[in-house]
Amino acid sequence: MSALRILVSVKRVPAPGAQITLTADARAIDARNLGFTTSPHEECAVEEAIRLVDTHGGDITVLTVGPPEADEQLRYAISVGAHHAIRVGNEEIASGEDPDPQATARAIADAVLALEAEAGVFDVLLFGNESADSGGFQVGVRVARALGRPIVNGIKAIDIADGVLTARRECDTGFEVYRMPLPAAVGVKEGINLPRYATLPGRLRAKKADVQTIDASPPRGGLATVQFATPAVEVTETVLLGTGADAAGAVVDLLSELGLA
Amino acid sequence: MSNPVLVFIDHDRGAVGDDTRQAFAFARACLPDAAVAAVVIGGDTTPAVTGADTIWHVRHAELDDYAPEAWGDALHQLAAEVTPSAIVTTGTERGNEVLAHVAAIADEPFAANVVAATPGAPWQIRRARWGGSLLEDATLTAVLPILSCALHAYPSDPSTTSTTSTTSNPNVAEFVPVLQPDAGRTRIVDRVQVAEGITLTTAPVVVSGGRGVGSEEGFAAIEALAELLGGAVGCSRVVTNQGWRPHADQVGQTGKRVAPDLYIACGISGAIQHWVGMQAAKQILAINLDRDAPMVTKADYAVIGDLHEVIPAIVDEIRRRRAAT
Ligand SMILES: Cc1cc2nc3c(=O)[nH]c(=O)nc-3n(C[C@H](O)[C@H](O)[C@H](O)COP(=O)(O)OP(=O)(O)OC[C@H]3O[C@@H](n4cnc5c(N)ncnc54)[C@H](O)[C@@H]3O)c2cc1C
Ligand SMILES: Nc1ncnc2c1ncn2[C@@H]1O[C@H](COP(=O)(O)O)[C@@H](O)[C@H]1O
Repeated sequence: MSALRILVSVKRVPAPGAQITLTADARAIDARNLGFTTSPHEECAVEEAIRLVDTHGGDITVLTVGPPEADEQLRYAISVGAHHAIRVGNEEIASGEDPDPQATARAIADAVLALEAEAGVFDVLLFGNESADSGGFQVGVRVARALGRPIVNGIKAIDIADGVLTARRECDTGFEVYRMPLPAAVGVKEGINLPRYATLPGRLRAKKADVQTIDASPPRGGLATVQFATPAVEVTETVLLGTGADAAGAVVDLLSELGLA
Repeated sequence: MSNPVLVFIDHDRGAVGDDTRQAFAFARACLPDAAVAAVVIGGDTTPAVTGADTIWHVRHAELDDYAPEAWGDALHQLAAEVTPSAIVTTGTERGNEVLAHVAAIADEPFAANVVAATPGAPWQIRRARWGGSLLEDATLTAVLPILSCALHAYPSDPSTTSTTSTTSNPNVAEFVPVLQPDAGRTRIVDRVQVAEGITLTTAPVVVSGGRGVGSEEGFAAIEALAELLGGAVGCSRVVTNQGWRPHADQVGQTGKRVAPDLYIACGISGAIQHWVGMQAAKQILAINLDRDAPMVTKADYAVIGDLHEVIPAIVDEIRRRRAAT
C-alpha cells in the first residue's frame, strides 16, 4: 500500500448564531462578536484525510485562500493531525476581501501546481461540497478541471485501493458509487465522519507549526458582490396550544384538522 | 425574441422530481421572452418532460447514467452550438454540479442559489448565502450566464408546466456530443439501496428532534409519533454530532432541505442553520421548554413543556382516539 499525499482546501467563515447582523455599509457580516470556524464540510474533509493517512500512511497539507487570521483554521487542522499549512493571499485578501469563485479556484490551482513542482503530485485533493458562507458549489470543480483531475461532489464515504478511489454519494434511496483513478479530487459532505477534537499535544504542535504563505493575484471572475441584505423575517403569530402533557388534546385536534391524525 | 434559455433537467434514469418544475419557473421568471429548451442528457428513449417549448435530447454511450464530467462536457458543447441566453437549473446536487462543470470548462462565472435575477449587461442577481439566512446582491458579467436557483425559491407553479405547447409532444431534437475517451471516468458504477418508502425529503410530516431529546433512546417516542403520522424522523446537527442519529436525518444548511406539510420541532432551538432547512414547511409546530426559543417564536403552533412528557401524551391521545373510532 503506497503512502498518500493529500491536500485539503479549507475556508475560514464566521459562525453566526440565531441572527446575522451586517456592517453599516452592508458589504460584510458584522463579525465583531462572532467566532470563526472552518466550514463544516471541510472540517470533515480534514478528518477524512487523517483517517486515510492512518490507513495508508502519507501526509496532509491544508490550504486556505484567506487573510492572516485564517491561520487559526489552518492551525486547528494541524492540531488534529494535518502536517503542513499553506495560506494563499495578497493585500486585498488580507484586508478581508473574499475573492470570487473563479479567482479563488485560480489561486488554489496555481498553488497546487507550485507545491507539486516542489514535492510531487497530490494523490487526493479534498474540498468541501460547498463553503458555508458563499455556497458557490464550484471552487473544487474549477480547480479539478484546471488540473485535469476527476472530481465528484457530495461524497459521504471514501475508500482507496490499488490507485483507485471509490466514493459514495447519498441519494434519496441510498448511495451512488463512483470510482476514479488517482490522482483525483473529491467534494466531501458533512456526515462522512465525525471530526475528532484536538488533543493538548496536538494544540502545542499547532502553535509551533509554520504556515507557509504563497502570494497570488488571480484575475477577477464575473461574479461580484454589491451588498448583503438580511431576509425579511416573517412575523408569525404563534398559537400556543398549551403547556406540558395537557396540550396533547389540542395538538391532536390540530393534527386531525390537517388530516394527519 | 432572445435566444432560448437552456434548462438542465436533473433526472435519474428518466425520473424527474419537482425541482424540474422549479427550474422552469425560474427560467420563465428570468427570461419571460425566451423559449425554454429543456436539456435531457442520457437515456435512449425520448424523454417525457413537460413544461418546455423544445427538448434537446443529448445522447452518447458515455452519458447513459449520471456522469458529472461527461454531462458537463456535453452540456457545454450543446451551449456552444445553441448560444443560449442563459443556462439555468434548480440547485439540486446534480444541478449545481453539472453547471459548475460547464462554468469551469467555459471559464464563465456561475451563480448558485439565486433567488432573483434580471438579465442585462451585467445581470443583476440576488443569491441566498449561508444556506439562505443572508441575501447577496451581485452582478454577473458573462458571455454565457450560468445560474441555479435556490431550492424552493421558485415555487413549482403547475401552470408553468401547462402554458406551453406540451399537451402534445414539443419538438425533440437530438444532439450527439464528441467526448474524450476518459470523459466518463466519473460515472456512477453501482448503486446501493438503503431506504424504501417514505424519505425525509418527500414525507408529508417530519418529526424532528434536537439537543432537548437528550439521547439516542429518547428518539423512540419521536419515531413512534412519526410512524403514527406517516412521516419521517429528522434531527438537528447537535444530534448527529452526538451520534444519536445518522447524518442522513439531519435537517439544515449542511443537512437536508425539507418542505413538508407539517414540521414538528421537538427540543430544537431554531438556530438559523437549522431554520433554513425547514423554513419551506407549510406549518410548523414547536415543542420546547423555552417560550422564547426562536423556533417557538417563529412557529405557527407551539407547546411549552418537556418533550419527554408532551410527545408520549400526544402518541397516547392519537392511539386513544383511533381506538375509539
Ligand atoms: C456553518 C454551520 C452549518 C450548520 N448546519 C446545521 C444544520 O444543517 N442543521 C442544524 O440543525 N444545525 C446546523 N448548524 C448548527 C446550529 O448553529 C445549531 O448549533 C444547532 O442547530 C442547534 O441544535 P439544537 O437546536 O438541537 O440545540 P440547542 O440550540 O442546544 O437547542 C436545544 C433546544 O431544546 C430545548 N430543550 C431542552 N430540553 C428540552 C426538553 N426536555 N423538552 C423540550 N425542549 C427542550 C431548549 O430549550 C433549546 O431550545 C450549523 C452551524 C454552522 C456554523
Ligand atoms: N477561500 C478558500 N480557501 C480554500 N478553499 C476554498 C475557499 N473557498 C472555497 N474553497 C473550497 O472549495 C469548496 C467549495 O466552495 P464554494 O464553491 O465556495 O462553495 C469549499 O468547501 C472549500 O473546500
